[in-house]
This record gives sequence, C-alpha cells and structure tokens, in this order.
Amino acid sequence: MEPTVTISARHVVKAFGQGSSSIRALDDVSVDIRRGEFFTLLGPSGCGKTTLLRLIAGFEAPTAGEILLDGADITRLPPNRRPVNTVFQSYALFPHLTVAENIGFGLRMQRRPAAEVKATTERMLALVKLDTLAGRRTSQLSGGQQQRVALARALAPAPKVLLLDEPLSALDLKLRKEMQIELKRLQMETGITFIFVTHDQEEALTMSDRIGVMSNGQLQQVGTPREIYTTPMNRFVAGFIGETNFLAGTAGPGAVVLQGGARVVAEHDRTGAVTLAIRPEQVRIVPAGEDGAIPARVRDLVYFGTTRIII
Amino acid sequence: MARAADAARRASDQRGWLLSLPALILLFLAASGPLIVVLIYSFLSPGQYGNVVWNFSLDGWRGILFSRDIFDDTLVLADAHLTIFWRSVWLSVMTTVITFAIGFPTAWFIATRPPAQRAMWLFLITIPFWTNLLIRTFAINEVIRNEGLLNSLLIWTGITERPIQIVYTDTAVLIGMAYVYLPLMVLPLFAAIDRFDLRLLEAGYDLYASRGQVLRRIILPIVKPGIVAGSILVFVPSLGAYVTPRVLGGGKNMMIGNFIELQFTQGRNWPLGAALSMMLLLIVMGALLIYVRAANRGTDPHG
Repeated sequence: MEPTVTISARHVVKAFGQGSSSIRALDDVSVDIRRGEFFTLLGPSGCGKTTLLRLIAGFEAPTAGEILLDGADITRLPPNRRPVNTVFQSYALFPHLTVAENIGFGLRMQRRPAAEVKATTERMLALVKLDTLAGRRTSQLSGGQQQRVALARALAPAPKVLLLDEPLSALDLKLRKEMQIELKRLQMETGITFIFVTHDQEEALTMSDRIGVMSNGQLQQVGTPREIYTTPMNRFVAGFIGETNFLAGTAGPGAVVLQGGARVVAEHDRTGAVTLAIRPEQVRIVPAGEDGAIPARVRDLVYFGTTRIII
Repeated sequence: MARAADAARRASDQRGWLLSLPALILLFLAASGPLIVVLIYSFLSPGQYGNVVWNFSLDGWRGILFSRDIFDDTLVLADAHLTIFWRSVWLSVMTTVITFAIGFPTAWFIATRPPAQRAMWLFLITIPFWTNLLIRTFAINEVIRNEGLLNSLLIWTGITERPIQIVYTDTAVLIGMAYVYLPLMVLPLFAAIDRFDLRLLEAGYDLYASRGQVLRRIILPIVKPGIVAGSILVFVPSLGAYVTPRVLGGGKNMMIGNFIELQFTQGRNWPLGAALSMMLLLIVMGALLIYVRAANRGTDPHG
C-alpha cells in the first residue's frame, strides 16, 4: 500500500522584510510528509528549518505556496484551528499552572468533557512517566522533566502532527541520549506523525524514518538516513552529514584521477572535474604499493576512546 | 562546635538589632506617632473653637454614621455621610477600573516595543509627575468646564447647542482621578508584562485557545501581581483624594478626604474628623486584605 501523505508543502516561499532588502527564509520548498513517520528537518542554524515548522504550525503565513493537511488547504488557518501541536525549544510551559493543568490545557480549550480531560491527562502523565509530579508547578521541575511535560502537553489533544523545534538542545548529553530513545518510543506508541527540527546530524540519523536536509532556505535532499549518508546528492549534504574527506580530481572511464596523479577506482557517469567524497570509515590503511591504494602520509593520531582519528 | 557557631550568630543578630534601634525608634515615632494622636483625638470632645477638650467621648465615632437631631437630641442616621462614603468608594473603584482599562493596553504596547524605544515611552508616561497636582487638576478643569476646550469644540462642530455640564459632577472627579492616577497603574503593569514570556502566547494558540482565552487563561493570571499592585496604587490614594474632588467636584460632590478637612476647619469637630480618618484607614486596610487574599488564591506560593 502506498503510504499516505499527512503534511504537504507546495512551493512554499517565506520572505522576511519588504522589497529589495527582503530575505528569503524559505525559497520554493516542496515536501510530502507521510502519515506516522518520524521526519527530521536537518540543517545549520538559519537554514529555514524552524521557519518551515512555524508555517506548518500556523504561527506565520507563507509569502507564496500552500500547505496541505490530509489534502485540505490549511495555509490560512490560525494555529488554534489546526490539529497540529508544537513542542517548543523553550518548552513554553505555563508557569501559573501545575503539571497536570499544563497537560490538560489543550483539551480544556477544546471543551472536552471534564472526565475525558482527567483520563487523558492521567494517561499522558503515565506515558511520560511523571505520575508522581502531577500537582507540581513547572518551575519546580528539572529540565528533563519540563521537557516531558511539554511533550505530554502537545500529545494530549492527539494531534495529527506533532512538531518538535529542537526540543533536546537545552539538555545535557546524557539526558539528550535518553530523550532520543524516549521520543522514538513515544512516536511508535502513539503513531502520530512527528516533524522534528534539529541541527544535530547524529540526532537526525538515529531517530528519523526520513530526513530532509536544508540549507539556505532550500531543501537539499530528502531520504532515509541510509540514503542521505551513503548517497548524498551534493557537496553540502555530504559535508554536513558525518565526517567526509573531499578530494578534487578528474573523471575518467571507470576511475577518477586525483590531482596528485593517483587513480581511484569508482563507478560513475560523470566527466570532467569532479569532487570525490570519501567517508573515513571506508578508508583502509594498507602497505604502500598494494593494488588500488592511494599513497598517503600519516601526520597525526588523535585518541578518541574506542576509535582513533587519523589526520 | 556547632553550638559555639550558633551562639556567635545569635550574638551578631543581637548586635544588628541594637545598631538599627535608632532608625527603628525614629520610624516608629514618625509613622505611628501621628496615628496615635489621631486615634486619641477621636475619643475626645470637640472644643468650641476647634481643638479638643480632654473629655472621653464616643461622639466622634458615633458621628460617622449618626447625627444628633437639633430639636429633640435623638440620634438619626446621617444619610449625607453615607452618601459621601458611598461616593468615595464608588469613585475609587471606578477610577481603578478605568485606569486598568486604559493602562493595560498602554502597558502592553510599551512592553512589546523594542527595548531601545521602551525607555522613551516610559519617560513620556512619567512626564505629568513633573507638574504640581493642583496645576494639573486646574488644567483638566480648563478642558472640561462649560466654556472650556471640550465644550467649545462640541458646540463649534455642532454636536451640541449648549455646553454639557461636566465640571462639578462625579464624572468630572472621575475624569480627573483617572488622569492623575493612570501612571500609577501603567508602571506596575508594565513591569509585570515586561517579565511575561511572549512565547507563551504561541503555546496557547497552538493548544487551541482563542485570542480571548489566551487573554483570560494565560496573560491575565500571569500578570496578576502587576494588576494587584497597580490597583492598590490607584485605589488607595483615590479613596483619600482631596485636591481633585475639591477642584473638579465643587463644594457639593465631596469625598471622604474633603469631608475630613471640613471637620477640622468650618465644622470645628476634630474628634469626628479624627474618627473619620481612622475609619478611612480601616476601609483601606480592609480593601488591601481583600485584594491580597484574592491575589494569593491560585498563584504560586513559591513565586
């Protein structure tokens, strides 16, 4: 069965400022996000990924293009009428409400019956393992706990799509790893479509079903983590995801001749000047003169625990 | 070890008390002294030409609500006094409501300007404080009197044929007090809104709250301390207002402040004036108690 599309952005343009001084934060972005997938928007800061998220949430309107949800145009719908919820980078928890009241807020605004609000709140508290803190104020919680409240609050109204704007960036490394696993678990348990924004490529690779790599307001490549990693579409994607060595050379039949004169055997369909991207883990160190080897000099060794980086 | 440290701390605490004693005595005398004098006066008898006679009497306190009939010396409810109390409380409540209605959007506007502009707007808000209250009140009088700016304009544009009587009415007092006390509402509101995290608005909209619900369920509860502070700062001086009702309300539309003044001058009834002052104090304390109770309910005790 063909996977169905939940969110669809079509030729979306977002310009800030007016006239000639305007900046295009998004420049003709089109992407289809499938129902129930964990989709990550990955890119350096200022690439437009958060802007795209805000357009989907409805906080901002696109300059051109449209956004569809389950085939219906939601481009002009205000955020409070979109079945889409956001987990904010700053969490934006309501300081005057308790944990339970925060989680139930969306449901109360939707005027759901009190019994349902109570039941759902309890279910959400259990889901994010905060049952014992239901009556606390959010200011009394640790960063990780606040993060869970923000998640539960956004999940409680059972949105069609959950948007996550760099939610893990404020956590320390250990907690971040835990929350990555936690997020993946929540996504699988609830079956809700997650759109996750991050600049951390490792986070993107470990959690996502598919990744959209962005830079300069444009979507560079969309694909599974494996596709993105092994067959990057361009130099930006190859350089942004993982460690890569770039070698300039000239394409010839069945091989690429590097500037130093060494031949690298490669299957390709290019001609002329090319850039070769080689992942460090694909490099094997062999005795000089062995078949297919490129002469190289070891300049330094950096100890990294389990692995060593050879420069 | 611990006990020695404890004793040392206690000794230094005691020294602290001793050092602040002169200031405390001065504060006590300056703050409570006049109040105690007023309290004592309220239980004495009025002298013939003002002042008091050292004769214990409850007439001052009785005079707040009752007046003695000139002919048969029976006590009757002084409804004129009640009217003055009621007018004072009502005008003060209305002043608080009006300054809030105008002050909240103003404070919101200032707090959402870029930081560089905020100082300028706050500066503009405080400009009226540079001028004497009496002069500002006469300026208001100039605007609203029958031959004043407002009525001239209304007649000139043909909206009315005859001037509208505003000055020497409760409305005039209300306009005057709202104008005078508006900055006292704006400043604490600004301080509260300035601390408000605007990202919470997006969180609210995102969670299906309408604009009205965001205002009621998120903004107002969070800036409540500012609302309470502003209301107290406006309500308390409004209740004791003297200059504004005197200039804009004329002789008839008295508030408690004017009524008290009357007892110490033409009325020559210092005990009644003293008792009225004490009662004003009690009303203010009662109002504060209600405010603070209402403010604490449902807010975070941990700040």
